[in-house]
Amino acid sequence: MNIPSSIVTMLAGILLTLVSIWVGQNHGLLPAEASKEAPLIDGLFNTMMTISTGLFLLVVGVLIYSAFKFRQRPGDEADGPPVHGNIPLEILWTGIPAIIVLGLSIYSFEVYNAIGGLDPMGHSPIAHSKAAHQMAKMPGAAIAATLDTPPDSITEGQTRNQDIQDQAVQDPATASVRKDLPQKKDAPTLGTTSPRIGPTPENQGMPPEFVVNATGLQYAWIFTYPDTGIVSGELHLPVGREVLLNISANDVLHAFWVPEYRLKQDAVPGRQTELRFTPSLVGEYPVICAELCGPYHGAMKTKVIAQTEADFNAWVAEQKVASAEGLGAAIATNPSDRSTDEFLAPYTHEMGIHADLLKQLHPSSEGSHSSAS
Amino acid sequence: MTQAQLQETANIAAHGPDVGGGDWRKYFSFSTDHKVIGIQYLVTTFIFYLIGGVLATAVRTELATPEVDFVSRELYNSLFTVHATVMIFLWIVPAGTGGFGNYLVPLLIGARDMAFPKLNALAFWIIPPAGIMLMLSFFVGAPGSGWTSYPPLSLVNGKAGEAIWILSVLLLGTSSILAAVNFLVTIWKMRVPGMGWNQMPLFVWAMLATSALALIATPVLAGALILLSFDLIIGTSFFNPTGGGDPIVYQHLFWFYSHPAVYIMILPVFGMISEILPVHARKPIFGYKAIAYSSLAISFLGLIVWAHHMFTSGTPPWLRMFFMITTMVIAVPTGIKVFSWLATIWGGKLRLNSAMLFAMGFISMFVIGGISGVMVAAVPFDIHVHDTYFVVAHLHYVLFGGSVFGLYAGFYQWIPKMTGRMLNEPLGKIHFVMTLIGFNMAFLPMHKLGLEGMNRRIAEYDPKFATLNLVCSIGAYILAISTFPFIINVCWSLFRGPKAGNNPWGGLTLEWMTSSPPPVENFEADPVLATGPYDYGMGDRSTQVDVPFSEPSDPDLSAGPSSSLRAKADPAVAAHPDDREGESANRE
Repeated sequence: MNIPSSIVTMLAGILLTLVSIWVGQNHGLLPAEASKEAPLIDGLFNTMMTISTGLFLLVVGVLIYSAFKFRQRPGDEADGPPVHGNIPLEILWTGIPAIIVLGLSIYSFEVYNAIGGLDPMGHSPIAHSKAAHQMAKMPGAAIAATLDTPPDSITEGQTRNQDIQDQAVQDPATASVRKDLPQKKDAPTLGTTSPRIGPTPENQGMPPEFVVNATGLQYAWIFTYPDTGIVSGELHLPVGREVLLNISANDVLHAFWVPEYRLKQDAVPGRQTELRFTPSLVGEYPVICAELCGPYHGAMKTKVIAQTEADFNAWVAEQKVASAEGLGAAIATNPSDRSTDEFLAPYTHEMGIHADLLKQLHPSSEGSHSSAS
Repeated sequence: MTQAQLQETANIAAHGPDVGGGDWRKYFSFSTDHKVIGIQYLVTTFIFYLIGGVLATAVRTELATPEVDFVSRELYNSLFTVHATVMIFLWIVPAGTGGFGNYLVPLLIGARDMAFPKLNALAFWIIPPAGIMLMLSFFVGAPGSGWTSYPPLSLVNGKAGEAIWILSVLLLGTSSILAAVNFLVTIWKMRVPGMGWNQMPLFVWAMLATSALALIATPVLAGALILLSFDLIIGTSFFNPTGGGDPIVYQHLFWFYSHPAVYIMILPVFGMISEILPVHARKPIFGYKAIAYSSLAISFLGLIVWAHHMFTSGTPPWLRMFFMITTMVIAVPTGIKVFSWLATIWGGKLRLNSAMLFAMGFISMFVIGGISGVMVAAVPFDIHVHDTYFVVAHLHYVLFGGSVFGLYAGFYQWIPKMTGRMLNEPLGKIHFVMTLIGFNMAFLPMHKLGLEGMNRRIAEYDPKFATLNLVCSIGAYILAISTFPFIINVCWSLFRGPKAGNNPWGGLTLEWMTSSPPPVENFEADPVLATGPYDYGMGDRSTQVDVPFSEPSDPDLSAGPSSSLRAKADPAVAAHPDDREGESANRE
């Protein structure tokens, strides 16, 4: 039986399409989807994976088929057919990729918009009025030294970085961990200099349900919860509540990444970047620093603990008690006034380390450990 | 007569004397011969490739297990930093442009040398000291801030190593700029009469696009590095946030060069593939103009995509969208090339020798890198995979599966011309198979690692990634070992290889029209173009190619320059040099 080549080609095309679609849906390459934004991004990836599989199989299929079908037969030294172009075919393979990438651009744009990347309220009046209000209430709160213009004359949107930094350091816990660096000013016409993933379209114009300040430093993340005084090395979040993460860095570049949330944002010293998202799945996921920050970059890891509302509230209550004590102690004594041993004494005592033991460790500095006992 | 015989017959007068390799000492001297310089580039850069490979193997050894157990964290950071710097600035860029560009461009356009031979030699001799300096930095604490050297980290991470890195890259950039100027002038002014723009071999088009890109982009890197060195050494704060500087500005300046650098690394290889495929498929290149002009399109678009490296750093939303679209559009000219290559192979009579296998391997591997490139161009997806092993996999598919496979194809294609001796085919095939297996084992699993949550530039990782990382490391070892058959092959060929003859592959481009190796100044007289560069299978007379002295509708011109029908030979392009005088009126 002689099957016409057009039918073979068509069958191969159908098979290719089916395989591509199956791979696009069943590749199993991505971790769990733990935020409301993750399924959107995965949808985009699955689409790209489908197209990619098809393209890859097409190209490699042609190569392998050619290697067998068109290999030079022994003794045949003649040249091949002098085909050197085909305008309709060339238009086709220029046009189809152009349409595909245009489609992918539009799809990506839609997803980006849906996860809040293109928030038209970039200069949210809420954020600004709140900042202005607080600055008015507490004159001198703008402690960043490099403001060229006094706060009252700042026009709307000009110093978004400064506003957010001022707001963040209103919280004493944040102020205690965050270094006060000169803040970048925004570009005069084209919006913020600091990127953000803003609220999803349905949340636009509304303030975030709650705010966490994240500060990156070599080699840890410190999360502070404004108005509660909580300082934590792990990020506790209630599931189903939208959170705004204000991210900045004290020393070098870091990047906040939770693979299960599909979200990443660099922490840049001198800039305030934002991630606004909604955790959707209870669980513990890694928080990874994704920007090279020094030798211990690989060790700069912590967890995000997504909890139910009740668990989260219990944790907050527990932390408030703990941090009230901790903060009181931190304010009462300035650590830099004391020697390392003095400063560490309460902690070493808790761990069951006594002055005698310390003396053995530091035989050269005897007599300076009285505070440990 | 086949086209190859036709071209060879027409160029008997241009054929240079068979002089052999000549004195080996010239390869250690300040020679101004473009062929000597080309070989100097290729050998030097290949040595640096081996050094970079040793560094990569050390990196993979550390990553074979999740713990930090092979080198210290500080040294680990230096290893991958120097690995990337060596591979980019001391191997792929100088091997593709300096090595193959220097050797091939004058031969392909029928010129006797480059436009500025002394500048050419200078550009080469900058490279060894810069490379050696970079290696010596290991004695004072090598740079460890990644090949991107982002401040503020690069300003606090060890001054001596960082300063050496800056100086070394500045020198290598200078070498690249000098070479680019030389190529532009050579290609513009020194083509043999009768070779208009659309008769140039595609490698020459690729070098034109590459050189334009290098000339525009490299000075910006130099500027960025000079400012960075001021921050580092004399304490200015261009990029230092504590003094009010902006680290994001450095990223913009850096990527304004370093994204085009990807095209500086891949475009010459595209050009070589366009030369190799038609010769061994025995078919004309499919869509000559589309391939030629798509190089220019890539070169232009390559200049306006840099911020896609910064989607998660300081890039405002509208800018992210702009750079996403421009980046994706690059897939179109790249796709044109890939499909044209496939159509070139289709229906041909493929000689599956080592050069052809590496060229076909190049297409299949580069396609994976190109596809993942479109994926990471999509902003929402890039936000997830930026700075992860997905990106590591992507860039190695482009730069190893792409550039290095293509460079190997180039070695197998042109070493017979350079040395006059053939390489061993079975060894070449072993080399190809080992490279293909090792490469895919080393880099394919990295896609999954990145998607699952393994970030890049880390010495320690979550134990759940251990299995795949071990596979990657084993693949890297196979890849390292795969280099040996090639080195053995080249050494064997130098002394024992069978003589190649002038035109072992039956090619039509002008480098095959002189002896192997070509004499100083390449040709005895100006070569002529009796056929187009890719007229395989077109019979005795070219009607398909726009060769100005051959015109089918005009009886006098219908049989080409040597026709007896012709009343008088065209004085500029006559086949016999005695009949030749003046500049061609046909030249565009």
